[in-house]
Amino acid sequence: MSIVSSIERLGAWVIDGLTSLGDFVIFLAAALIYALRPPYKVRLLIRQLRGIGADSFFLVGLIGLFTGMVLGLQGYNTLSRFGSEGALGTVVALVLVRELGPVLAALMVAARAGSAMAAEIGSMQATEQIDALSVMAINPVQYLVSPRVLAGVISFPLLTTLFDVIGIWGGWAVGVGLMGAPNGAFFNGIAQNMSGHDIATGMYKALVFGLVVMWVCCYKGYHAQRMATGVSRATTSAVVLSSVLILISDYFLTSILL
Amino acid sequence: MNQNSDSEGAAISVRDLRRRFGRQQVLDGVNLNCPRGQITTIVGPSGCGKTVLLKHLNLLLRPDSGVIVIDNVEVTALRSRAQNEVREKFGMLFQAGALFDSMSVFDNVAFPLVELTNLSRDEIAARVEETLKAVGLQGMENKFPSEMSGGMQKRAALARALIRRPKILMLDEPTTGLDPTRTHQIHELVRHTQQQFDLTAVMVSHDVPAVFEFSDRVAFMHRGRTALNGTVAEVMAAKHETFTQFLEGRASGIDEPLAAAAR
Repeated sequence: MSIVSSIERLGAWVIDGLTSLGDFVIFLAAALIYALRPPYKVRLLIRQLRGIGADSFFLVGLIGLFTGMVLGLQGYNTLSRFGSEGALGTVVALVLVRELGPVLAALMVAARAGSAMAAEIGSMQATEQIDALSVMAINPVQYLVSPRVLAGVISFPLLTTLFDVIGIWGGWAVGVGLMGAPNGAFFNGIAQNMSGHDIATGMYKALVFGLVVMWVCCYKGYHAQRMATGVSRATTSAVVLSSVLILISDYFLTSILL
Repeated sequence: MNQNSDSEGAAISVRDLRRRFGRQQVLDGVNLNCPRGQITTIVGPSGCGKTVLLKHLNLLLRPDSGVIVIDNVEVTALRSRAQNEVREKFGMLFQAGALFDSMSVFDNVAFPLVELTNLSRDEIAARVEETLKAVGLQGMENKFPSEMSGGMQKRAALARALIRRPKILMLDEPTTGLDPTRTHQIHELVRHTQQQFDLTAVMVSHDVPAVFEFSDRVAFMHRGRTALNGTVAEVMAAKHETFTQFLEGRASGIDEPLAAAAR
């Protein structure tokens, strides 16, 4: 292979990459603009709030419970080595509220609702249903994507709150109830050491993750290739990419918000 | 050519339309006239650009160059809001129907009215009932697309395309995947609704020569151009070599690499 052709290939690869990155950003911008523009699709928003939010309640609660229980166990074990079992409540609550709550809830919802969303929009693309919307003079981004992005931004903080509360309760049940850490110190520690800033940090993260997950999953479904493997590929890459982006953006958000 | 081929009287007229995808020139100078109140059928070998042409007519794609006039409006440079005004004039039947599979037949057919008009529930229900009757699907309102045969899905999709009483109907291979009896029924239905609703119809089809029986005009596409364009009688009389080969199902001339491989 000559040098010229390999440079050509590199150039084509860079241009392709930049073009799809541009498409990706424009897609979100369109979804947000159309979310603000009438006609408002309240009915569609409520349906998505149910699909993304309400239907994820049980799963997120369950994961929250076990995460909190593990934190109670590990935290008690570690802290008791230094004789500081009294700090258990603070540790459990801060770890959940600042970090694990938003991240794990987002990962669970990406796996549950995000994958379903990518598959649904992908198969609508494959069977020309999205073209049908356009031809009927209905903007498919406004009809399909905006309500989902909006629903994600609304539900993620709520699901995260649920995760945090149940998680703290799980940590208390194991740490205090099972292992015998001091009950008063558990809640006192939380009340004294958790600031509004800690809670806000978690909520900001949940907002961003909600946006990222819905953005990625809708985009991947919308740009699925028009065949059966196209839909399955879109679903897989939607979940993988949104999980990776959750963890990467989590680092940067933490470093900004700390 | 008869007087109807003037672009003045045409519901849709296309001039020198060109579109390239990557290195492939898919449309390479298409000219087409679809006179009002007639059925124009676009035929041609697979990959000749028929479906891409239709996607330009229904404004899903924009051409690299050329002119498309729909009902006296030049549409190639319109912004999205003005595009939607043009789209209100036409209904589109997609190849596989493209019904929303999460909705019942009633909701599918009512969808454009519910989303885009202020009609009351009762008015919508009456209009849906009337339209379903026109396509022979009365009593099927509560079925879901997955519970219906391919032919019935096409009928429901046709009802959805007709629900806003468009002036122009576009059909993308409406009989693909149907048996000969169903194909004939759909052809009859298209002719019947075209007359009943006084439509201009543009259809892409593989069904030669069956499709000529109920078309007024035929456009034959070959390698991204309209090789022939006229009334059925004119096109049949033209004795165009590639067209004759296409009708007879011979590969030579239509697709040179294939023909060479067959030799």
